[in-house]
Amino acid sequence: MAEAAAARRALRVRYYALLGEQAGRAGEQVVTAAATARELYAELRLRHRFSLPQTRLRVAVNAAFADWDAPLAAGDLVVFVPPVAGG
Amino acid sequence: MHDTARAARFALAETAIDPEALRAGLRHPAAGALATFEGWVRNHADGRNVRRLEYQVYAELAQAEGERVLAEALRRFDVLAVHCTHRSGILGIGDLAVWVGAAAAHRAAAFDACRYIIDEIKQRLPIWKRETYAEGDSGWVNCQVAAPESTASEVTHGSE
Repeated sequence: MAEAAAARRALRVRYYALLGEQAGRAGEQVVTAAATARELYAELRLRHRFSLPQTRLRVAVNAAFADWDAPLAAGDLVVFVPPVAGG
Repeated sequence: MHDTARAARFALAETAIDPEALRAGLRHPAAGALATFEGWVRNHADGRNVRRLEYQVYAELAQAEGERVLAEALRRFDVLAVHCTHRSGILGIGDLAVWVGAAAAHRAAAFDACRYIIDEIKQRLPIWKRETYAEGDSGWVNCQVAAPESTASEVTHGSE
């Protein structure tokens, strides 16, 4: 499955719960070549030293749950969803 | 037989929930039963004393997912009206965190729908809870990483 590397473009990322605490911010614009949410999380996990592995998260793109391996486009809003605890 | 349309409404609230108003909103001429569930903030969790908690909500997605859960309840159970409101922000001990109501012609469907809604809401909505303990420290519930895990152990099922 050869996949062309994505060109660098700006994505929007928002952080909630533990991710927001560890990133020290509620969100940011990220200029990246990460092609998918999976690659983006790996990159941001290194940058912000997130303790949660990707396997414990879900991801939402533009306010809908999304596949980790779906391609991301410029301007997309990516939200990593830590384990929830509502109710 | 049923006089008015069936209704489902989900809401997020930044301030105190008024259960009487929500209950009134479920009134329906064909209803013979109302089952409600109230989730309250309790003063302990996992053996620790809890002083207060904070709910953080990804509002756009929580709203959409909440509406989906209620629509599913209407489809699956013979109910007339269902409602759920979930709090965000800082809550104290005893505060109402979530309210669910299901009105139906008969009680079995009302109970079943109410149970379904709260179970799905808890599992699916992007809502996070930070507990502040008596000792003054705090933690995001369900977000702890069990063992300090090495980077190596976790790429094992990556694509590389």
